[in-house]
Amino acid sequence: MSTKEIDDRFKKFGTVSFTSVSKINDFIDYLEQGKVMGTKCRDCGMKFFPPRADCFKCLTSNMDWFEVSEAGKLISFSKLQYGPVGFENDLPYTIAVLDFGEYKVFGRVSDKVPEDDLQVGMDMKVAVNELPNGQKNFVFEKA
Amino acid sequence: MGKVGIIGVGQSAFVRGYPGSIKELTFEGFREAMQDAQISTEDIESSIVCSSPEYDKQRSPAGVLSEYLGLIPQPTCYLETLCSSSSMGVRMGYSLIKSGLHDVVAIIGFQKMSEITSAESQERMGRGADLQWESPFGTMMPAYYAMYARAHMDKYGTTSEDLASIRVKASTYGQINDKAVYRKAVTMDKLTDPESKMAGPVASPLRVGDCCANADGSSCIIMASEEKAKALSKKPIWVLGVGAASTAVNMSGRDLFTGLTVAKDAATEAYKMAGVSPKDINVAEVHDCFTIAELMAYDNLGFAEPGKGVELIRNKETYKDGSIPVNIDGGLLSKGHPIGATGGSQIRTIVKQLRGEAEEMQVKDPEIGLVHNIGGVGLYGNVTILGR
Repeated sequence: MSTKEIDDRFKKFGTVSFTSVSKINDFIDYLEQGKVMGTKCRDCGMKFFPPRADCFKCLTSNMDWFEVSEAGKLISFSKLQYGPVGFENDLPYTIAVLDFGEYKVFGRVSDKVPEDDLQVGMDMKVAVNELPNGQKNFVFEKA
Repeated sequence: MGKVGIIGVGQSAFVRGYPGSIKELTFEGFREAMQDAQISTEDIESSIVCSSPEYDKQRSPAGVLSEYLGLIPQPTCYLETLCSSSSMGVRMGYSLIKSGLHDVVAIIGFQKMSEITSAESQERMGRGADLQWESPFGTMMPAYYAMYARAHMDKYGTTSEDLASIRVKASTYGQINDKAVYRKAVTMDKLTDPESKMAGPVASPLRVGDCCANADGSSCIIMASEEKAKALSKKPIWVLGVGAASTAVNMSGRDLFTGLTVAKDAATEAYKMAGVSPKDINVAEVHDCFTIAELMAYDNLGFAEPGKGVELIRNKETYKDGSIPVNIDGGLLSKGHPIGATGGSQIRTIVKQLRGEAEEMQVKDPEIGLVHNIGGVGLYGNVTILGR
């Protein structure tokens, strides 16, 4: 009897991951290589972040990976004093959105960047981050 | 095809820790609407039950509640768009009546947020976003609206005091609304003094006083076809426009951070349906789950040019005697926000205003009113326009 192996790599994402099985689980392998990746539709060229397995325009699933390697502009941010269950040890932390033109990225600001240094419109880049509990996510640093 | 009218409105008091079951809570809003409409349960041909399921312990509440309210064997169903569920219910009720399928429909909103423990609630809060891509970062509702507040401040020079002045206005009217959970006066000092609890940070730049409170509550709106409305009611209020829209849940899918596209899109549709423009609105209820949300609504609904909405609160134009009175029942900030019941409560307020029955909260002789009700962080938007 063979047991079917479940590809649950996505459980590695973030302080608490609420998803384990997804068709874009290669995202986690790239993350472990230090890369933050989105997907691009081979048929229409549309770029997606967060990455997706399927293109709603073409109704196809022909995706290539691309790396989020340029600098993006800080659209907005907020420092949280309260968090949901499971995030108590991370507090306080800052969430933010960066604009890369063709797509945007939602994530956290690196703990190394003080809130006072943040300004709407400033350039920031994305970096892979290992959390104290061994999980991985990505954070925004000064470009 | 004729018009669609509202012939009965009701809500429970919005409270912390309602001492009863969801059936008993829902009965309170229903009873008030039925007594208002002066009809019997046999007159209601269908019901739509609206709430947000993360707070429900009861699976499939529509059946249990319609039985308790005496609305069986009529068809019923459950409808959910987070905090705008009961406004969306009114939109669906409108289409049931317009289609000719039913003549009288009850829209029943409820939420017993205290049904679950605060630990369970905190756990659910973490799942209120894009579960796969946002929740793993540790997101909370206030932090999302806080990002909108930050972008608004950066682009338009809005200040924390401007936001606080929205809360001061809300408390002015919350004090005279006996259905409100928060009925104390709130002064600017209380919101800005660093020693004050209400000035404590939640998610920068939003502070405790910028956020509405959870509550338990229910609401009910009874809608009828033109013929039935005229036969059953002396003072039907007509539904002139029911606009609705949606957008990306994940912030990375949004293009606007100084306003809500769903509010703009829903308003555009509602104004077009009603054949009116923003200047025709005499009284409004807007979804002030956070102070910044009311400020953005001023622009998004066309009460002010983009970025100029802040002038409305600075000049007190949105007070009861101003040019466009907004939330003269205390808003969500004072009433509290029992998710599924909120839209129905907002619609009840405007119906009472248009009938001239708002007592101490009454705005001078309004003819057309508007309700702006948002689900999630600008994920769903409903704009409903009502007239005499």
